[in-house]
Amino acid sequence: MSEAATMAVTTGIERRNERLNNAPSGNRAKRRLSRTAKYVILLFFVVIVLMPVYVLLVTSLKGPSDVSAITSWRLPSRWPWQAGPDGATGFDNWVTAWNTLAAPIGRTFLLAIPAAIISAMLGSMNGFVLSRWKFPYANVVFTLILFGMFIPYQAIMVPLVQMKTSLGMPSSIVTLLFVHIIYGLPICTLIFRNYYEGVPNELMEASRVDGAGMLGSYWRIILPLSLPGFVVTIIWQFTSAWNDYLFALFLSDANQGPVSLSLVNLSQGAQLSNYGASMAGALIASLPTLLVYIILGKYFIGGLMSGSVKS
Amino acid sequence: MRKGIRNWGPPLLLISPTIILVGIFVYVLIGVNFSTAMTKDSALTASEFVGLQNFTDLLTEPRFLHSLANLGIFTVFFMVGTMLFGFLWAWMLDKGVTAEGAFRSIYLFPMAVSFVASGVVWRWLLSSAQGDRASGLNRLLQSIGLGGLQNDWYNAPGWGMAAMAMPAIWQLAGYVMALFLSGFRGIPEELREAARMDGASEWKLYRHVVFPQLHPVALSALVIVAHMSLKVFDLIMAVTGSVYITEVPATYMWVALTGAEYGKASAIATILLLLVCVFIVPYLIYTARAERKARR
Repeated sequence: MSEAATMAVTTGIERRNERLNNAPSGNRAKRRLSRTAKYVILLFFVVIVLMPVYVLLVTSLKGPSDVSAITSWRLPSRWPWQAGPDGATGFDNWVTAWNTLAAPIGRTFLLAIPAAIISAMLGSMNGFVLSRWKFPYANVVFTLILFGMFIPYQAIMVPLVQMKTSLGMPSSIVTLLFVHIIYGLPICTLIFRNYYEGVPNELMEASRVDGAGMLGSYWRIILPLSLPGFVVTIIWQFTSAWNDYLFALFLSDANQGPVSLSLVNLSQGAQLSNYGASMAGALIASLPTLLVYIILGKYFIGGLMSGSVKS
Repeated sequence: MRKGIRNWGPPLLLISPTIILVGIFVYVLIGVNFSTAMTKDSALTASEFVGLQNFTDLLTEPRFLHSLANLGIFTVFFMVGTMLFGFLWAWMLDKGVTAEGAFRSIYLFPMAVSFVASGVVWRWLLSSAQGDRASGLNRLLQSIGLGGLQNDWYNAPGWGMAAMAMPAIWQLAGYVMALFLSGFRGIPEELREAARMDGASEWKLYRHVVFPQLHPVALSALVIVAHMSLKVFDLIMAVTGSVYITEVPATYMWVALTGAEYGKASAIATILLLLVCVFIVPYLIYTARAERKARR
């Protein structure tokens, strides 16, 4: 910041402080009140946003004998490891959910991890070409690729299902792996293109002067700088493959498909009186993406932001 | 010309797998889907070309119109809700709040959870049982003395879909907040200070300096939320399954497909695609143009 600008800003702050200090004391009390009100409102929304989590935890830890409409918002009446009159404990819900979901969760990892890595690698190549190594109409091609990320997938589902049948593809995660890689290409290309647009031109030029070809520059200059881009893309792709229900429903069977299908089956098979197991299941199935969010939140948000096209 | 090919041949080659895959799996399949939409068929007999009949049938079919009306109600409430809360949260967090990071992380965390998982708990929260049998939100309303507000939620005919927007708002308001927050943070502090020095009140500062700078972000947020809303499927399948009362075109398409009505399913999907295009195509063109202008 230039000195003059610093001066301007400082005097601005001084003047504001002056204004605040000279303000009648009633105004100051008002400010404190509005500040308190703001925190009250913010905390109110924290309660609202976390309410479903409370319900999930509390309900999943109640044994069947502990479930009734009247006490449905209350904490469990006994510890989750203590058996109720019927001999069942709160943890039984978690055991049921785990037994139902363990195999699908394993399959979902086998689906989401390779899908994320492969689309990220292709996305990095595309992003490099579309930002640094353009060919005629590269921007038009980019926009046409982007369109693929906004379409409702229903619009390609009927031919896709027919294609799967006629090629004899299995109703399992193998088919879903291909599908997630293909339909993940637009967003991965977008993230890397925006990311590479930010790489200083001088770096590329220096490498070109040293006699490196474009591919050489990609390999030696761009790729080593790409780690954050890869983290953002892999997290994004992992999360969307993990959370996907649409492709899973149309293209796979519950006994060979990902966890989302099994979770819906578990939940919609449940009677209103026995929500415990499905709530435990919802928590178990959300754990991997939640952990990613908690540990790598910054990168998760990076992916979210790139979804709005402009970097 | 040959030099031209030598220059742009390699990059084109490098990106060609993506061009081919997206070409086939997006554009060709959309075309195939449209041609299927012009046939009437069952799984076994050969399909018969019927032109646009599937479309005209749908647009006069009460069931499809009901699904469109549901989608309309859902979309309006979803958009207003996410924009309102997203903006409110971003605005409150913008001006230096203690533990801002914690508030942000909490408001945004539902984005990391799938609609399928949150559908489990919203199914319970939005249970329509009332009185002694009430659980979920109805029970909560009773216990805080607002029993009169108990209602059927999504089971209510007419405006029930507004209740279905609640989980969607819960899930995505944080996302809109993040977009607006990045918009607020993109406004140079000097601009605000300059306005303050000119003696602008806080309200005038927002009215004339901050809000105009937020237009592009607000547009992005609106388009993204609108197109997500039109595509809504997972949430409804997880909360109610494909039942009539909460039917939207996306779930109706699933019902048609499982009934082997391929022509009808494709026609619904085509209409859905056109609806989404109304928002997305101008947005993509606008973004591409803005970018070209920025480079000049």
